[in-house]
Amino acid sequence: MKWADYFTFAFGAFGALRGFSVRTILMLIAMSFGVAAVIVLTGLGDGVRRFVASEFASLGTNLLIVLPGKSETAGVSPGSFIGQTTRDLTIDDALSLTRNSTTDRIAVITVGAASVSRGRLDREVTILGTSHHFLDIYHWKMAQGRFLPETDMRTEQSVIVLGATLKEELFKAENPVGEWVRVGDRRFRVIGVIASEGQSFGMDAGDMAIIPVSSAQSLFNQASLFRILVEAKNRDVLELAKKQIINTLKDRHQGEEDVTVITQDAVLQTFDNIFKTLTYSVAGIAAVSLIVAGILIMNVMLISVSQRTAEIGLLKALGAKTYEIQTLFLVEAVLLSVLGATIGLIIGDVGCRVIATIYPDFPAGAPAWAIISAFFVSVVTGLLFGVSPAKRAAKLDAVEALSK
Amino acid sequence: MIELKGINRVFQVGDESVYALNDVSLHIDAGDYISIMGPSGSGKSTLLNILGLLDRPNSGQYLFENVDISSFSDEQQALTRSEKIGFVFQVFHLIPRLTAAQNIELPLILAGVDPVERKHRVEKILKSTGLVDRAHHKPGQLSGGQRQRVAMARATIMNPSIILADEPTGNLDRASGKEIVDVLEHLNKEGMTLIIVTHDPELGQRARRQIRMIDGQIEATSHNEVG
Repeated sequence: MKWADYFTFAFGAFGALRGFSVRTILMLIAMSFGVAAVIVLTGLGDGVRRFVASEFASLGTNLLIVLPGKSETAGVSPGSFIGQTTRDLTIDDALSLTRNSTTDRIAVITVGAASVSRGRLDREVTILGTSHHFLDIYHWKMAQGRFLPETDMRTEQSVIVLGATLKEELFKAENPVGEWVRVGDRRFRVIGVIASEGQSFGMDAGDMAIIPVSSAQSLFNQASLFRILVEAKNRDVLELAKKQIINTLKDRHQGEEDVTVITQDAVLQTFDNIFKTLTYSVAGIAAVSLIVAGILIMNVMLISVSQRTAEIGLLKALGAKTYEIQTLFLVEAVLLSVLGATIGLIIGDVGCRVIATIYPDFPAGAPAWAIISAFFVSVVTGLLFGVSPAKRAAKLDAVEALSK
Repeated sequence: MIELKGINRVFQVGDESVYALNDVSLHIDAGDYISIMGPSGSGKSTLLNILGLLDRPNSGQYLFENVDISSFSDEQQALTRSEKIGFVFQVFHLIPRLTAAQNIELPLILAGVDPVERKHRVEKILKSTGLVDRAHHKPGQLSGGQRQRVAMARATIMNPSIILADEPTGNLDRASGKEIVDVLEHLNKEGMTLIIVTHDPELGQRARRQIRMIDGQIEATSHNEVG
């Protein structure tokens, strides 16, 4: 028997003979929901992974983040037991890093909250104290005016860059550049507005104000920095850059290694691993439902075999070999599961699209491996659970089968 | 062509062994026309099944075209059925979801014949049996006589050397039955060996050789010069 004939025959069998019995429809529902579950859940899991990855990528991949304190993998630093406080990161620390051979540019960050007011309008926002290169490192864009000037970080300047939302609140449609606002008890002159798109790690670029780091330090009365961002010259020197940063700061901190340097890659890798594992396990759980579908396939096929005893007997009389009859019923089982899987893929795809429509920022969509493996698993399920009915068909005694 | 020597077929019914065939020996020449008659349970269908390789004897020797095929594997037997043996059944055994043409094509499909060649051969046999205008009808849309003609076309499309017919007219009215017998006898005249199991004495008498069976044994063989 030729392969094409197996398919034609089996297709005719499940299409015409049993039509779409309730059994077959239930089986198709079970199979398609199993596959759809795999698709949607992996789509979600992988979507989260890609979302996080793209957030990191927006920061640039040769970025190193320096934070105060030595973080141990155990989660608690030895200092926390002996009451030792970590040394603050200062602007001088940051400036010392600019002399490293691998450093391209740096930016510093201090964060605080204060109310920004203009006339009688007043709004409590996050105040970011930073420096000139921050804009480029974070890939933010200006909507109006310019960003903080490239000057010595240690000098205070009464200039401020507004987030889009804040500008909207205080100035409506007016041009804010050159106007004065009050932050806490100080006056700052507006020099620019950040473009509204831009959300980075939950930091809403719209609802914030940016002032020079020294101004922020004196505003909040603190000498320490929240973070130092170091952009290395290229990806290849990341490790070297990390060593240089640690050594430089160690020298400045009396030989004590009390800073943590995180590379984007390391963080990204960690998140990536977490979300991948999550996706796999969710897909695995969903795949269990395919076993249920498999049992239903077996049920449908067993009934099909018993309904078609005479046909099987006839095929034997006409010279069908044992393996041909077996293959015929296997092909039928696989066709059933493939039909179920195809419906499932469509449902899954629609599901992902619906999620994408509701949350446009979230890249939900099953990865290719999930689609292929869901389909593959369903075919294997059809094969596995089709074997027993097919064997039963092939084993039928021709004489008895024909007498029915 | 066929040589049966001391064939026994035993069925176990409870503790008892029932001999469906008891030491049956039979010689069949190529081109023979044989009827097998006898009361129900006399073993005539079992004999036909064994001749058709659907059943295996418990003991005895079966030579088909001088080859001992009792030792054949299932696969070899299937191949022999496919190429050498045509079956005609009382209840036709057409597959209801397939058209007449598709039912006739079935043995060719199982034998792995090329689709173009298949189409050609089915068309030819449809023409010679006058079923062209019925080719795309399903069995449910055909009369009993037409169904049996389709079944016979299916039995002969592989050009078997022997036709085994089990009560071929049993489910037909007289006119259709007569028609079917004519077709079978015509095939026999062209050289196909024909073996008919029947209850109908009138049909049985037409065969050149008549075998009467009782209790699993051949009771009598008579020859007839008619036909």
